[in-house]
Amino acid sequence: MAEATNNQASGAATTGAAPGGAGAPDRPVKVVGIVCNWCSYAGADTAGVGRFKQPANLRLIRVPCTGRIDPLFALKAFEKGADGVLISGCHPGDCHYSEGNYYARRKFELAERMIHHLGIPPERFKWTWVSASEGQRWQKVVTEFVAGVQKLGPREGKAL
Amino acid sequence: MRIGVFVCHCGSNIAGTVDVAELAKRALTLKDVVYSDHPMYTCSEPGQAGIQQAIKDKKLDRVVVSACSPHMHEQTFRRTVEGAGMNPYLMEMANIREHCSWIHPDMAEGTEKAWEIIKMAVAKARQLEPLYANEVSVNKDVLIIGGGVAGIQAALDLADAGLKVTIVEKETTIGGTMAKLDKTFPTIDCSACILTPRMVDCSQHENITLMTYSEVEKVSGYVGNFTVDIRRKAAMVDWNKCVGCDVCVQKCPAKAPNLFDEGLEPTKAIYIPFPQAVPKRAAIQVDYCRYFQTGKCKVCERVCPAGAIDYEQKDTSVTKEFGAIVVATGLEVFPWEEHYSEYGGGKIKDVISGLQYERMLNASGPYGGHVRRMSDGADPKTVVFIQCVGSRDESVNRPYCSSVCCMYTAKQALLTKDHCGMDTDVYVFYIDIRATGKGYEEFIKRVQTEFGVKYVRGRVSKLYEQDGKVMVRGTDTLLGEQVEIPADLVVLASGIQPADGAKQLAQTLNISYDEFGFMKEGHPKLRPVETNTAGVFLAGVCQAPKDIPATVAQASGTASKVIGLLAKDKLKTSPQIAVVNQKNCVSCWKCIEVCPFSAPEKQELRDGTYKSHVIETVCQGCGICVATCPVNTIELKGFTTDAILDQIEEVLQSQL
Ligand SMILES: Cc1cc2nc3c(=O)[nH]c(=O)nc-3n(C[C@H](O)[C@H](O)[C@H](O)COP(=O)(O)OP(=O)(O)OC[C@H]3O[C@@H](n4cnc5c(N)ncnc54)[C@H](O)[C@@H]3O)c2cc1C
Repeated sequence: MAEATNNQASGAATTGAAPGGAGAPDRPVKVVGIVCNWCSYAGADTAGVGRFKQPANLRLIRVPCTGRIDPLFALKAFEKGADGVLISGCHPGDCHYSEGNYYARRKFELAERMIHHLGIPPERFKWTWVSASEGQRWQKVVTEFVAGVQKLGPREGKAL
Repeated sequence: MRIGVFVCHCGSNIAGTVDVAELAKRALTLKDVVYSDHPMYTCSEPGQAGIQQAIKDKKLDRVVVSACSPHMHEQTFRRTVEGAGMNPYLMEMANIREHCSWIHPDMAEGTEKAWEIIKMAVAKARQLEPLYANEVSVNKDVLIIGGGVAGIQAALDLADAGLKVTIVEKETTIGGTMAKLDKTFPTIDCSACILTPRMVDCSQHENITLMTYSEVEKVSGYVGNFTVDIRRKAAMVDWNKCVGCDVCVQKCPAKAPNLFDEGLEPTKAIYIPFPQAVPKRAAIQVDYCRYFQTGKCKVCERVCPAGAIDYEQKDTSVTKEFGAIVVATGLEVFPWEEHYSEYGGGKIKDVISGLQYERMLNASGPYGGHVRRMSDGADPKTVVFIQCVGSRDESVNRPYCSSVCCMYTAKQALLTKDHCGMDTDVYVFYIDIRATGKGYEEFIKRVQTEFGVKYVRGRVSKLYEQDGKVMVRGTDTLLGEQVEIPADLVVLASGIQPADGAKQLAQTLNISYDEFGFMKEGHPKLRPVETNTAGVFLAGVCQAPKDIPATVAQASGTASKVIGLLAKDKLKTSPQIAVVNQKNCVSCWKCIEVCPFSAPEKQELRDGTYKSHVIETVCQGCGICVATCPVNTIELKGFTTDAILDQIEEVLQSQL
């Protein structure tokens, strides 16, 4: 029942008031991000220090390494109604723990397929790499991902 | 549970776009939150005292500091709560500055997002438990990678402080770039005269071991206890026997490129980079050696009075233990030939790089300090310098300023007048002149007025050959006119970039680097010599372009940080590590397979069965095993599954 239309209230509008009130299908989407401490969290910091403006739809959860991320976290987020899930870590070769992101990559390649299989369109799930110095890249990743999710609109109701 | 929430104004950094007072008020509506405040600067003394007071007065057992990035102040606030008797790991930060107020200019938007960030932090705080640090003993030996002036300075400081230091240098001699320079700005003192005594000090210091012609292959372990594999490259010369007499070099019949002289003139296949090399030992470049290429020659073996030549020599590898590592791998000159076809791409003989010019100026260089045209050896009458070749140029992906070229060009312009006579015409094409160091501006003025070097503001668009001259075509942007100068010699102030292989080394060490390969410091202002990997430090140009005074100052700063670290006999390790609940362990050993640090081990229980156990002091807390364990029986302290799921739930609470 993916993407079922269900006009249940979702008062979590973050950017101003959505026209039509809470629960309107064009409310701002909410995206959960899970990022590693050393590269992408720090990259998001770098973006902040550089004042690189971003859409305000993202909520970040910090973990030490993408290798710590159980694909279940992403599924859980979708189950709880996330409109998108973004996962980001260190570039291949740059993992603070030398190989955590390789394990993550393997898991997320599979998880990605499973997520699509569950009926969630690919635009709603992304995993990528952003290093600590790539503030601009972080801005771009977030902006583009959120725009893609916003284009699909909110996932009304539970999809899982 | 009694949680206190502190929403920092950070002056106007946060309060400018986030309504902190409103958030402090709202925080009180959250479950378990019994106290909130919105201090002006939470990290300041009164700010920290306020937290400590609240912990005592309100009997708080969790604290959420909603302020900047934990990378900025997590340690600060852990100490704060510890000072009030709370376990430091019961403090959680909500990053509403870097991740919110600084990127969302709209007050309403910023405030709502900050609210959610705070709610997530409170949700996580509920899951925190007290954690206690372990202690590990510390190896007090220091590894320095790179034997340029940065590595040398750090080594001497550390060795003088009584620590044992090993310098691993990839070339056969230490000295680095500075050993190639002629004179140094702004004092025009001889580079070798100030450097070579320090090189000798290194070789004679009882606490310093030199491992030249060697490279770091593998690094494992962690702060206080690194294990490093070092490969010594085969020099085809037994260095225990070689005395550096140079006879083999003189007699060798095969030519090879002279990297020390930046390729100006060839050296021999067996070479010693320069007379003051430390250690002064010969090595064979096998790709150019007649014996290795044709199977016949062996002249060096015949003439060597020490019987040191060993054609069978192989690379050797040693494993050593260190407590701290200093990276000082320095610079490489920007390979302008590959990027500036408008300057001839290396095909015009009389166009050379700044570092080549240093070798030309140098009395122990290939021309004995005689400045000459490369094409015909004639004395130049007109010399043109072009600045910012491979610096401040987006088109070649070098947007940064190399920081030393304005000054070294001025120095070289002055030396040109000195070597070739005051009647030589010397021009410098520049974009801006950056002379910010002590005595630097005065130096530039002297070069312009006293030595009559003509500074032309503008970029050179083309270099081409005509009638034996190099035609320099550019614009004088101050006069607004085209200029064309027939030059005898053109010197490009080629920018600097990190050493070849810097990125790979950074990966080996698990430290961050930027897009150019400069290694990333722990914090641009507050931790300029540390990296984000505890126990690994930086010195010199490997971190960012800088001149010798700044390099030496940084290297001494680095040394003092290393001394500070190794002054302790034991180090506290992070308690945010993986722990196995052995009751559910199915002994599949997947955790052992995936751990990059060999932290999990098979532990024999009383009943004779084996279960996984994570060695506390070895675990680095990445959590790979946690996400791998098929029965979810490993937990990562500080980042528990419950804490993560609670944050997800909190943020999506209102979503369905
Ligand atoms: C043309 C030119 C002129 C200059 N003139 C001046 C001047 O007049 N005054 C001034 O103050 N500054 C000058 N500078 C700048 C000066 O050269 C640098 O500030 C200084 O050399 C930096 O020292 P360093 O030790 O960081 O790097 P380097 O001197 O480059 O030393 C790095 C060392 O590390 C070694 N190394 C690299 N990678 C590895 C590895 N993976 N493993 C082991 N070893 C490795 C290298 O072989 C080298 O020996 C000039 C620079 C240039 C290019």
